[in-house]
Amino acid sequence: MIGLQWEIIIIAILAAITCAILGVFLVLRKMSMTSDAISHAILPGIAIGFLITGTINSPLLIILAALMGLLTVAMTEAVTSTRLVKEDAATGLVFPALFSIGVILISKYASNIHIDTDSVLLGEIAFAPFDRLVIREIDIGPKSFWVLGTTILLNLLFVLVFFKELKLSTFDSNLAATFGFMPILLNYMLMGLVSITIVSSFEAVGVILVIALLIAPAATSYLLNDNLKNMITLSVIFGIISALAGYWIARWLDASIAGMMATVSGLIFFLVYLLAPGQGLVASVRRRQRQKLEFAQMTLAMHIYNHSDDSENIEERMKGKLGYHLGWSVSYIEKIVKRSQNSGIITVKDDLISITSKGIGFVEAANMLISSKYHPSFQRLRNEFIIFTGN
Amino acid sequence: MEFIIEILSDYTTRTIALGTSLLGLISGLMGTWAVLRRQSLLGDAVAHASLPGIALAFLITGVKNSLFFFIGAAIAGWIATAWVSNITRNTKIKTDTALAIAIALFFGFGMVLITFIQRTPNANQGGLESFLFGQAATLLREDILIMAITAAITIIIVLLLWKEFKLLAFDPQHAHTTGVNIKVLDIILNSLIVIAIVIGLQSVGVVLMSAMLIAPAAAARQWTDRLGAMAILASLFGLLSGIAGTGISSFAPLLPTGPLIVLVSIFIVTISFLFAPKRGLVAQYTLKQKSKKRIALDSMLINLFEICCQHSDPQHLHSVNILKPMPDYNKATIKKLSEQGLITLTKQKEWCLTEKGITNARRIIKNGGSS
Repeated sequence: MIGLQWEIIIIAILAAITCAILGVFLVLRKMSMTSDAISHAILPGIAIGFLITGTINSPLLIILAALMGLLTVAMTEAVTSTRLVKEDAATGLVFPALFSIGVILISKYASNIHIDTDSVLLGEIAFAPFDRLVIREIDIGPKSFWVLGTTILLNLLFVLVFFKELKLSTFDSNLAATFGFMPILLNYMLMGLVSITIVSSFEAVGVILVIALLIAPAATSYLLNDNLKNMITLSVIFGIISALAGYWIARWLDASIAGMMATVSGLIFFLVYLLAPGQGLVASVRRRQRQKLEFAQMTLAMHIYNHSDDSENIEERMKGKLGYHLGWSVSYIEKIVKRSQNSGIITVKDDLISITSKGIGFVEAANMLISSKYHPSFQRLRNEFIIFTGN
Repeated sequence: MEFIIEILSDYTTRTIALGTSLLGLISGLMGTWAVLRRQSLLGDAVAHASLPGIALAFLITGVKNSLFFFIGAAIAGWIATAWVSNITRNTKIKTDTALAIAIALFFGFGMVLITFIQRTPNANQGGLESFLFGQAATLLREDILIMAITAAITIIIVLLLWKEFKLLAFDPQHAHTTGVNIKVLDIILNSLIVIAIVIGLQSVGVVLMSAMLIAPAAAARQWTDRLGAMAILASLFGLLSGIAGTGISSFAPLLPTGPLIVLVSIFIVTISFLFAPKRGLVAQYTLKQKSKKRIALDSMLINLFEICCQHSDPQHLHSVNILKPMPDYNKATIKKLSEQGLITLTKQKEWCLTEKGITNARRIIKNGGSS
């Protein structure tokens, strides 16, 4: 018997893990909003299941909700296939309809049964440990442990068994179809599992915030990684961090646990988005600035190179006249000339700019780059100038 | 009819109906742009994202005032829009994922803030929870006034920038070449869409507001190909949904108004999908059946013409029986051809092409289809 608090934490972690595994595929297949639609649309399934069984953890409820999820996907596809509206509008029409029915069902019977819209939407993870699974009078832990554990096993099994098929149908659905992998069937299986995952996690985080655990960790790992296996691992790690940090901050501030878990998962994404090497905002802004400077250096070097034999118009190479010839401001000329001097492609003597032998090599490579031909010197130059890296 | 009379006679219901019809009108108008620009799901993200704005407005001011709520919600919704476009521009993350993360982060944070509010010993908090699913009954006269002013400003801006918005929606590249500043226009249009969402939050709620943006516009799209007509129709459909939803909820005061208004608008969409002339599914089906029949007639006529050509006299009488082995032989088709005067049927069950039939068949062969 472990403490109540640890049981809550374990439930949160299990929910995060089961969501994080499938989230990767949703992000890669551009189906993030489909999962949002499913998470809303299973509400009538939950409501009907609850009305019949009177409990939130009944298997019937999970089956009903999973069917609702599949129905949502099928309905959205049916509406899209009429071509009366685009796919985004179809998604945006189907789930509010089902969700509205769910809210009305729950509100209408709210006085009779112990379920209200708030707990379905936001989850009541703090109460989850009280619903215990008792077999032959032996308490074997909260029901959520078993429900979420089974879902994790199901998801892992699905990903392991169909890894090759999933990978191919995610990246090239047509090729997968020609190989006989049945991407449509696979898609429906995935959507069914997403629905089951959402139902089993909704007690922990509620239907609206399930999307946080599904998408945010997966998207964060996508920012850092291109390898599918690594993405799944990283996604699970980010999910667990969100659950743990979210729980403790919520406890510390005495705030909504589900809300804080979602907030933390979003903030982790935001931090990685800002700071990630390569894809991050800071990195890409810096890269763009550097590219801009390097292109200016390229322009300058080409200008000097073109006029290096031109003894009649020697003023073309005068630093003081560059503003006229290149249309740059004085401070910008100063900056670019200095940079170019430092990288050794030009020399300046008495205001007269000359190109060095390294500069000539740079210009020749740049000409190749512009005509998009490959040149062996790119290999050498790309350590110093990122414009030759081909990004 | 009964509830319309009731709405008009009761002061409270009248206020509420005025509010919901205003929200329907504006969301229909702005939804037209959102649907045409394929931004339907952006509306969903913005609506969810406005929750922390509302909660912060309450935490900062300490009062339940719609004006502050509007401002807070609009700022939060606008930040979410900027977040989505920033992420999709700067990383390999696609729009759908950026939207989902915006919902997660903003709505999650909103829920955290609401738990703070629930702990403050302030009796005013009741109005906040209604923002989840909407409670039109909480609308006051001041709210309606603010909604009406915002709606009027929105309509005026849309009318003034009509041409520019039209270009932006249908051909942004061309708009750019004509010297229109599409970046600024884009920001204005997105801001107006955010405002339309914010206006409806109190009656429909953050979870379902996106449907009010999409449904009236999607329904209106089926009835017309003209932008102006679509905008007017969408506004009308929105208005109708607002009033009808409120009317129904006056019989069921326990139910939140949001889902009811949304279900009415979805009902209008369903009717439009099915029965709109030209685009509607029923119209499409009848058109398909008609053209199928016409193609069957044409191909039969050509078959008959080919048989006639094998004979020196084109109007030689052939027995109908020789047609029976043909794969697409159909008694009704033959009858129809004779009704249209393309063939002559004799009582001895013999047939020949008429002059008109021959010219028609020649024309079909030449043009690859009948007139």
